[in-house]
Amino acid sequence: MTGNTEKENVSVDYFESGHRACGGCGPALAGKLIARAAGPNTIIVASTGCMEVFSTPYPETAWKTPWIHSLFQNAAAVASGVEASLKRQGRDEKVIVIAGDGATFDIGMLCISGMFERGHDVTYICYDNEAYMNTGIQRSGATPFDASTTTSPAGKLSNGNSRPKKDIPAILAAHGSPYVATTSIATPKDLMDKVKRALSIKGPCYIQVHAPCCTGWGFDGCKTMELGRLALNSGLWVNYEMVNGVVEKVKKVKRIPVDDYLKAQKRFRHLYRPQENKDEIAKIQAIADSNAQKYGIDIPVKK
Amino acid sequence: MLQITEGSHAVAEAVKLCRPQVVSAYPITPQTHIVERLAEMVADGDLNGEYICVESEFSALSSCVGASAAGSRVYSATTSQGLAFMAEVVFNAAGMRLPIVMTIANRALGAPLNIWNDQQDSIFLRDSGWMQIYGEDAQEAMDLHFIAYKLAERHDVLLPCFVCLDGFIVSHTFEPVDIPSQKEIDEFLPAFNPLHRLDAKNPMSFGMYATPDCYQEFRYEINAAMIRAKAAYREIAAEFKAKFGRDYTGLVEGYRLEDAETAIVAMGSICGTAKDAIDEMRDAGEKVGLLKIRSFRPFPSEEVRTALKGVKNIAVIEKNISIGSRMLGAVGLEVKDAVYKDSPNIFSYVGGLGGRDIRKRDIKQIVQWAKEGRNDCFFGLREELLK
Amino acid sequence: MALNVGAVAAPGHARNNKTGSWRVFCPTLDTAKCNKCGTCALICPEVCITLSGEFYSVDYDFCKGCGLCAEECPKDAITMKKEEK
Ligand SMILES: Cc1ncc(C[n+]2csc(CCOP(=O)(O)OP(=O)(O)O)c2C)c(N)n1
Ligand code: SF4
Ligand SMILES: [Mg+2]
Repeated sequence: MTGNTEKENVSVDYFESGHRACGGCGPALAGKLIARAAGPNTIIVASTGCMEVFSTPYPETAWKTPWIHSLFQNAAAVASGVEASLKRQGRDEKVIVIAGDGATFDIGMLCISGMFERGHDVTYICYDNEAYMNTGIQRSGATPFDASTTTSPAGKLSNGNSRPKKDIPAILAAHGSPYVATTSIATPKDLMDKVKRALSIKGPCYIQVHAPCCTGWGFDGCKTMELGRLALNSGLWVNYEMVNGVVEKVKKVKRIPVDDYLKAQKRFRHLYRPQENKDEIAKIQAIADSNAQKYGIDIPVKK
Repeated sequence: MLQITEGSHAVAEAVKLCRPQVVSAYPITPQTHIVERLAEMVADGDLNGEYICVESEFSALSSCVGASAAGSRVYSATTSQGLAFMAEVVFNAAGMRLPIVMTIANRALGAPLNIWNDQQDSIFLRDSGWMQIYGEDAQEAMDLHFIAYKLAERHDVLLPCFVCLDGFIVSHTFEPVDIPSQKEIDEFLPAFNPLHRLDAKNPMSFGMYATPDCYQEFRYEINAAMIRAKAAYREIAAEFKAKFGRDYTGLVEGYRLEDAETAIVAMGSICGTAKDAIDEMRDAGEKVGLLKIRSFRPFPSEEVRTALKGVKNIAVIEKNISIGSRMLGAVGLEVKDAVYKDSPNIFSYVGGLGGRDIRKRDIKQIVQWAKEGRNDCFFGLREELLK
Repeated sequence: MALNVGAVAAPGHARNNKTGSWRVFCPTLDTAKCNKCGTCALICPEVCITLSGEFYSVDYDFCKGCGLCAEECPKDAITMKKEEK
């Protein structure tokens, strides 16, 4: 179930073929859907990372709307400047940031906090592939608990990444953002709806898109949507909307055990080999359970 | 109209007259009076622009990058630690060929922390692709802003520009300044006409990455623009002179260099003290003059060589230190390169770091040292503090 | 081709990079099974599946052969076949 009802013939794309993403790349799909939802009257600000690199080696840009990249960690500040400039010129283009989780959760926090606190009319979208993929799958603040990355490798003394994912949506909601949402490439219609909704709301909005990365997580590129669904169905990823700091719409699921999600990717392989690490898997299940409780995602079973 | 004004306020006045559409800056001593005054002007409606009250210098220059790319004339100001914090964006803005003008109220770089003047901060970014011009006093610092915008925005240049003035010495001193009228500046400086801009009606991608196939050519182009900036600067300064009567047409400026045997080379406010010292030495029959470097980037090698033709001893006063370099100072290295075919004696004398005063008698001593052939060294060191 | 000042470029250039050469498996559509729901086109990260005439078709200049369309097709109308090159 992809949640797809959109007829293709009515869609126009502002993201083009010929980009250099891996086959089945979740972020590439996110980029396409964001650009499609935003439409032509949009200026996109990008951070350094996979999406920037696969879409803009000079002069082969894949973007048909105005697009700008400056550095890894300053997209929010660049967007602040673009927005101020447009305002002063009386122009009506929308400003969108599309940045990786490393750029968002870690190195760009200063600029993001500034942009949200100042209240710029910018929609900041993080495509979350849960690590620094462009530089070779290093851990970020978005990397989930126990995932093995090249800088949080599983080993004799390590079960992979030792910390849970940082709650950036809550941090940005606490900045007074009028609209914070999470979504996934596995729910393309939801993703596009949330982009459109954010763009219709004045002020700094935030959307975090779960974007499975076949290369970094270790699964076949044909399974990208499936991985997104498994994350949602296990409760390790939750699609929700927060309006003025209050959680409103949440995607409900019939929950599956986290095992189904973990087993589908190599970054959690160490939890099952040489033998199943029940303790660690239980900790991950507890994260899913706590998400389920916090957001109320469980569809009640009829008795 | 002549007015007694603090240097910082003269700069703010100049910026206002240039009509920036976006101002983005973060306070740091001794730049604060400039941005406070600009914020006031925006609050009172005297400056019709957006003032982005950013959370850091890093965002100050980053937002200037965005605003400039979107087609606005932009302004920022900083110094020292703030400039170092911006450094990554400094290179980026030049590479993206965005004509940002930024005032640097020159200050020492820590550690140890020090808020007083030297020129280490702008000089350490000499290879970034920004033009760097230095004003000697409030009037010159002010006027260089008008020239800087016009120069940076020329399509055959398109490079950002630092307008440097010595922190406290110029920024916090009251001087009589002739402030042009808005009408005069509007006639001199037309509205910003970007070559490309972010625009949904004509979508372009900015800040793409370059592979080894073309990166080097982009760097070549930046350097070629910097070389073109020399002639462009002269043209614009000549226009300025014709309109306002003040002469900044030289990328360097000689003072009593005719028949000089010994010359001081310096940048910024120290030139004023040097001129006074030179007058006294000339009165005493010494053949000594000054070469003031107004533009450190682009570096005017030919002009330096021509101006110093026939000079036997050259003493470069360095308000910076290139640590680990044999010659000690970054300016001296450039001057030496300019004049090496004429084989004068040339020395770097490092001093005035972190706000240490350079007095007339220091200048005279330096002249003496150069005549004696004393090698590159510090001057004014407090020997009692050293082991 | 001379460089643009500041590495600025107009759209359209990405299409010079024919990513179809990466393909190992090739999607083929069985029009008898296809219900024209458009899922394949919606989720193709290469933006290379479009409606042409009655059915969706793949632009093989760009299709990298990731197989996402075949995997997601609710009618199993797309099969991945080894590329014959
Ligand atoms: C200041 C700075 N530090 C480090 C890097 C190296 N770097 C480039 S992209 C990147 C990781 C990007 O991660 P993310 O934002 O998650 O995007 P992804 O590549 O995963 O799509 C890093 C570490 C850089 N470009 N700049
Ligand atoms: S490494 Fe991951 S995010 Fe990067 S292009 Fe490949 S699939 Fe996409
Ligand atoms: Mg990432």
